[in-house]
Amino acid sequence: MSDIDVSKERVNTSRAARSQQEMPRLSAEEKDDLVHRYHPDYKKEAYATLRFGPNKGEQTVHELARLLEGESPVPADFPALKPAHQVDILIIGGGGAGATAALTAKAAGAKILMATKLRLGDSNTVMAEGGMQVAVSPEDSPIRHFVDSLKGGHMANDRVLLKQLVEEGPSVAQWLIDLGVMFDREDDGNLSLRAGGGSSLPRLLRCKDYTGLELMRVLKDCVLNEEVEVLEFSPVIELLTDGKGSCTGAILKDLDNDRRIVVQAKTVILATGGIGRLHIQGFPTSNHFGATGDGLSITYRAGASLTLQDTFQYHPTGAVFPEAMAGLLVTEAIRSAGAHLLNAKGERFVYELETRDAVASAVIRECLEGRGIQTPAGRYGVWIDMPLVDQINGEGTLEKRFPNMIRQFSRYDIDIRKEPVLVYPTLHYQNGGIQIDAEGESTLKNLFVAGEASGGIHGRNRLMGNSLLDIIVYGKRAGAAASKRAAASDFGPLSLDHLSRFRKERSEAGVNSDVVSPMLFPDYVKKQ
Amino acid sequence: MSVTETQGRASETIAVEIMGKKYRIPPGLTMLQAMWHTGHELVRGVGCLGAVCGACPSTYRTKGDTKIKTTLACQTQVEDGMSFSLTASYYPDKKVVYHFDEMKDPKQDLFHYYPEAALCRNCDACTVACPKGIDVRTGVWKAVFGDFKDASDLFLSCVMCSLCVPVCIADIAPNQVGLFARRAQGIFFEEKKPQLSLRVKEIADGKFDTEWERLMTLPDEAIQAESSV
Ligand SMILES: Cc1cc2nc3c(=O)[nH]c(=O)nc-3n(C[C@H](O)[C@H](O)[C@H](O)COP(=O)(O)OP(=O)(O)OC[C@H]3O[C@@H](n4cnc5c(N)ncnc54)[C@H](O)[C@@H]3O)c2cc1C
Ligand code: FES
Repeated sequence: MSDIDVSKERVNTSRAARSQQEMPRLSAEEKDDLVHRYHPDYKKEAYATLRFGPNKGEQTVHELARLLEGESPVPADFPALKPAHQVDILIIGGGGAGATAALTAKAAGAKILMATKLRLGDSNTVMAEGGMQVAVSPEDSPIRHFVDSLKGGHMANDRVLLKQLVEEGPSVAQWLIDLGVMFDREDDGNLSLRAGGGSSLPRLLRCKDYTGLELMRVLKDCVLNEEVEVLEFSPVIELLTDGKGSCTGAILKDLDNDRRIVVQAKTVILATGGIGRLHIQGFPTSNHFGATGDGLSITYRAGASLTLQDTFQYHPTGAVFPEAMAGLLVTEAIRSAGAHLLNAKGERFVYELETRDAVASAVIRECLEGRGIQTPAGRYGVWIDMPLVDQINGEGTLEKRFPNMIRQFSRYDIDIRKEPVLVYPTLHYQNGGIQIDAEGESTLKNLFVAGEASGGIHGRNRLMGNSLLDIIVYGKRAGAAASKRAAASDFGPLSLDHLSRFRKERSEAGVNSDVVSPMLFPDYVKKQ
Repeated sequence: MSVTETQGRASETIAVEIMGKKYRIPPGLTMLQAMWHTGHELVRGVGCLGAVCGACPSTYRTKGDTKIKTTLACQTQVEDGMSFSLTASYYPDKKVVYHFDEMKDPKQDLFHYYPEAALCRNCDACTVACPKGIDVRTGVWKAVFGDFKDASDLFLSCVMCSLCVPVCIADIAPNQVGLFARRAQGIFFEEKKPQLSLRVKEIADGKFDTEWERLMTLPDEAIQAESSV
């Protein structure tokens, strides 16, 4: 037997004895210590100081800094800015936040255009598995949800944004249900709630382990039924401004014919999502192909401030074997249902429902200190013991609640009902992002931001299930506020003045890299 | 670092045909990874890379088999002797515009929007084509007979890849029928959820307002001590 098989056997044989074992919770100090020592956010050499721009002097990871300080693909001698579209609102990004903003703006009577990089719905939203946090049970309250999230976020959350998030949760859940989203129910008709890491009560609404698919499928169908004009495969490559601090439109790139499309808009809502495909610090990622942080670089160039741009979420349990699945998520809900994490010796090493940053740090610690398991491709990981879920909750639980997870692994002849699998942290979520106010407006006037691209709501660590909630609550807020603003405004002049300013600051700061941003797609093509 | 760089042992390779051209690649790659490995730039045909968005429908044939099968390229591992093609990232299937708030009887309205649904001839080609293993034919029949509940359960994992559409001899778009049934089930036929309605009302009535006032300015240390995890 190979080392892997020996270790796996230990997990299989210790299952029964472990099932009743209590793991101690970490105290606030222990958790702090663990995270500071092992979490990638605290690895100094991974960080750079921004040399110019709105967040000059602040830190972020090298992979993002390069893009923020990168050159624009729009040349200084770009031809006259003649708009091909004139709309009240340009919505950038066709994930959950963009779709929600579009539906809200359309209902408010605004003339809108949506531009997205892939197809409508190809996004991080469609991938969400675990669920959406909403305080509905009688024991629970928005207050409790707020306190849990603030603690989870290391107190760095913007309290006003967080209050709105939790307080509007129940009504947006109702809105989704009215559109036909089918969350799992209990026998009495009430919504079924599950526990999530870092939450003091079960608070997750979900649709088996297809929550994001269900949400995105319904939202996309609504956008199509409302006959919203959507330009697919047309990412934004540069914003347009009036040169006086307001956003007035954007330049899109049609990926099918490489043409540029100029859009003039009274307001712009940016909902371009996250950064997983930057593979920060070499991590694999759970994110979709288009998660390259485009929104951050284009808004930074246009002069809008970022916040908490130095903090990222590494989901503790990304698959590391088989290699074809590397980075794909093993949902946290499986740990909520009782799955254990075990090192090479077959021993548990952390309470599995600590917040994500703590669990990820503990997994990294095990692997750094020689208690990880090496895969044939050279990656390291620890075991997640999923058969235990059936043992604790009854035969058939995995099949009933995690059909997606079973299917994903079964393609590679791995039966998660029978054997443990190897996992390691995977780059999952951008905790910070573009700074917004209570209505979702950035520091650049008339530029609204919603969803993962924004920052502040989740502090330094987002709790599971708070992001799906965020995209709906703030998608709606941005949609409503932008419609109102557009109704009271005229079109502003289109200019690239911000780009001249950016180029001047860039050269004064001595930056002369040949990096061009936004990145649009990761480069996976093997070079000869 | 390229995703494919750490793949397999360098010496061992397998034969594959991608859109008619022959290559040798390391074992263990998905179809999309195999395309990157052989120098293909991809824009259309890639989405989530996790088998849930339906952007990567593909057709393939395995060594010694005559049957052309359908799959999602992002999560299908290439085998020795396989021949495959990334088919299309856009199928022009019929998506009818409808508004549930104008409908009274969605089980009848289904035939107004998708009249072909009733013409299923039971050939089961849709089920065979489905890369998610859905019993598509039964799903369509359930929808047609008004059993939207069962149809919804069957179509739960549908990623709208449209692979079931071109194979249908009755010109049905089964994925669209499934989506219609699911949304109608959710809007018209699911049970009430008393707790959620109550909570929405409590918030509107300001039940938590005094608590909020206290909490918003509470120092971090005091928040840390609030009852919670
Ligand atoms: C595997 C996985 C599981 C998750 N599970 C959960 C969960 O259980 N609960 C939870 O709360 N959260 C979960 N999350 C997080 C959550 O799904 C996301 O944070 C959230 O859906 C982001 O929504 P969004 O609309 O902001 O961005 P996205 O849904 O990613 O949408 C962004 C859109 O913008 C497009 N875009 C990107 N760049 C450009 C450009 N330059 N121009 C135009 N368009 C562009 C993208 O292609 C995409 O369509 C999960 C995330 C992943 C990846
Ligand atoms: S890329 Fe999303 S299903 Fe394959």
